[in-house]
Amino acid sequence: MHSISRRRLLSLPLVLGAAAALPGCAVSGPSRGSGGSSGPVTLNALFMKQASYSEDDIRGMLAAFQKAHPDITVQPTFVAYEALHDKIVISAPAGTYDVVLIDCIWPAELAGKNMLLDVTDRYQQAWLDDILPGTLGSITYKDRRYGMPWIPGGKIFFYNTRMLKDAGVDETAMSTWDGVLEAARTLKAKKVVEHPLVWSWAHAEAMICDYAQLLGAFGGRFLDDAGKAAFHQGGGLQALEWMRRTLDEGLSAPSSTKLLEDDVKKVVVQGDAAIALNWDYMYSESNDPKQSKIVGELKPAVSPKGPGGQGPAVDGSMGLSVTATSKHPDAAWQLVAFLCGKDNQLQYVERSLPVWNSAYEDPKLTSGAQAPLVAADKAQYGSLIERPQVVQYNAVSQEIQAGLQSCLVGGTPAAQALSDAAAKVDRVIGG
Amino acid sequence: MSLTLRRPASTAPPAAGARRGKVERQWPLALALLAPAMIVVFGVVLYPMGRTLVLSLVDATSALQTAFSFSGLSNYTALLSDSEFWATVWRTAVFTVFSTAVELAVGLLLAQFLNQRIRGQWFFRSLVVLAWALPTIVSANMWRWILHPEYGALNGLLMNLGLLDSYKDWVGGPTQALFVVALVDAWKTTPLVAILLLASMQTIGDDVYEAAAMDGAGAVRRFLSITIPMLKPAIAVVLVLRTIEAFKVFDIIYIMTRGGPDSGTTTIAFYTYLKAFSNQEFSLGSAAAYLTVLFIFVLSLVYLRMLRTDSGGTA
Repeated sequence: MHSISRRRLLSLPLVLGAAAALPGCAVSGPSRGSGGSSGPVTLNALFMKQASYSEDDIRGMLAAFQKAHPDITVQPTFVAYEALHDKIVISAPAGTYDVVLIDCIWPAELAGKNMLLDVTDRYQQAWLDDILPGTLGSITYKDRRYGMPWIPGGKIFFYNTRMLKDAGVDETAMSTWDGVLEAARTLKAKKVVEHPLVWSWAHAEAMICDYAQLLGAFGGRFLDDAGKAAFHQGGGLQALEWMRRTLDEGLSAPSSTKLLEDDVKKVVVQGDAAIALNWDYMYSESNDPKQSKIVGELKPAVSPKGPGGQGPAVDGSMGLSVTATSKHPDAAWQLVAFLCGKDNQLQYVERSLPVWNSAYEDPKLTSGAQAPLVAADKAQYGSLIERPQVVQYNAVSQEIQAGLQSCLVGGTPAAQALSDAAAKVDRVIGG
Repeated sequence: MSLTLRRPASTAPPAAGARRGKVERQWPLALALLAPAMIVVFGVVLYPMGRTLVLSLVDATSALQTAFSFSGLSNYTALLSDSEFWATVWRTAVFTVFSTAVELAVGLLLAQFLNQRIRGQWFFRSLVVLAWALPTIVSANMWRWILHPEYGALNGLLMNLGLLDSYKDWVGGPTQALFVVALVDAWKTTPLVAILLLASMQTIGDDVYEAAAMDGAGAVRRFLSITIPMLKPAIAVVLVLRTIEAFKVFDIIYIMTRGGPDSGTTTIAFYTYLKAFSNQEFSLGSAAAYLTVLFIFVLSLVYLRMLRTDSGGTA
């Protein structure tokens, strides 16, 4: 009989421990799993917990998916939007998630760094014919597709019709940013509301969205054709000066520089501001008597035009992607296709509009409570302004955020704040 | 008279050899017993530290990157020549000095109060510990809502009391925000400081105070001349612990301000986080992490030097 010494026996845990530890030390690359989903499969999916579809909505969608696919279990994780990108990045080496929600500003970075699965060949031509063209940008990088659009559209311009009426302001004034400025002055002078405007200008991505919308209206660009910063001159500079003026005149809520979109929604539905930019979901919540004091008063509209006659909305589309490290890419793709499918989206139109052109003929959208929002959204889809589509987007965004806050909070002149930011952006992009 | 020391006859070399042999036979057992702890230490301390050091010397720009090129100290020189990095170091230093000073001052007074023989002493001690017992994420969120410029509880309270005529933005400016966040950190951690000082305070005998009182020393004099000097070792420990912790502050800032407004609360740990995880500049982030360790190491050396001086080289 083969014997083992006590010394060898005692050293066994050490060897086993080292063996167990070593795989954890390895640098993991994209998994090249079989991709098959035969047998029970568990998928991990990452969503955000604010704006658009609620946690309950998504759990309802997943229950329907699992009913249709009994062999696939989906475990959702919900994080704040502000944590979504970092969670995707940090979890990538471990391959934690199979499906992730991505913002339209991330495909260049995430696909460029091989974190998302290229699903171009899984698309059906019928889908491409029906999906709103503007939303495909949220999942496209270098003409390849890395997911399906799920949440369409841009930031919508909202105003309180009752407040405008009380101040004697005609709604036609809301068609230009100059008109908005004058209307805000009237609302304040007539003491209808202390701060007529409220914005999400916190030191976060939300501020870039509002700035992008104004920059576009004033005819500015983030980057020029050579990929160099261009926001520090022309329309980009005028937009920041306009923003600063609304704060100086007390037209914008001073707290705007600390607020995110969810805060803006709360201020608006409490009747503490008359005019704001926000995502679609603010409309349905403004009409919910449980949380709103302005039921029936808020009107969604096309973004006002600037001096050059342009009035783009910032592209805020989001998509669902299969991660490159997913061990079950086929099952994950089934989940993505289900969640982004027209039938599923039509059941939740109160929270987010569908990405399918044909869905907009459905009576739920043409004549339901969402009809005014649908009209504004549809009119806006053709004129969306993109934020810079660069691999280093987050670093670029942080520099622009710092420049904008330096002016709005720190009091640095707009031209200097943007010039400093532009120089840093050029360094980031230039490497 | 002279003394000659001799080795006792009983400590014979054969016995030592036998003991050595026994020790040699037992080392595998000792190693096996230590193995779990060693694996854990290797896995969660040594490997990440080594990996971070390696990352700081290469060009890692993706979480999935597998091939790296050596870049020497370029990440360190890039940071050290970046004015933004030094701005974060300065903010972190201000945060650290202010929050530690407040914690020490208030903690000392709290400890003195809790050391009194009063009715319901246990209740007050429990109450004080409550803030420290809360997870940081909870207390940071709580203060974010209390200080919210649009619907914060503090504004509501002060308005109802007639002390404010309009809502105030408590974290409005960059400098103001830094000090407010430091105060929140102090609110959270002062109980720990108070408990540490209280434990040391309770070792001071009543007879010392009684003798001083008989000599005519008042309460303030006794506090300054007896309590403070005898608490010096405990104060030094508190300073070391809290300075290191405050220098690494991240969670409160992540929840309350995310580095704003106007980068006013972007401390070195938050800057490191942004570089490493938001921007996928893992090498720069790793270098920033090692520079943070260096700063803390220097601070610790200074404090340990102070301890050594005060306690006769026993630190």
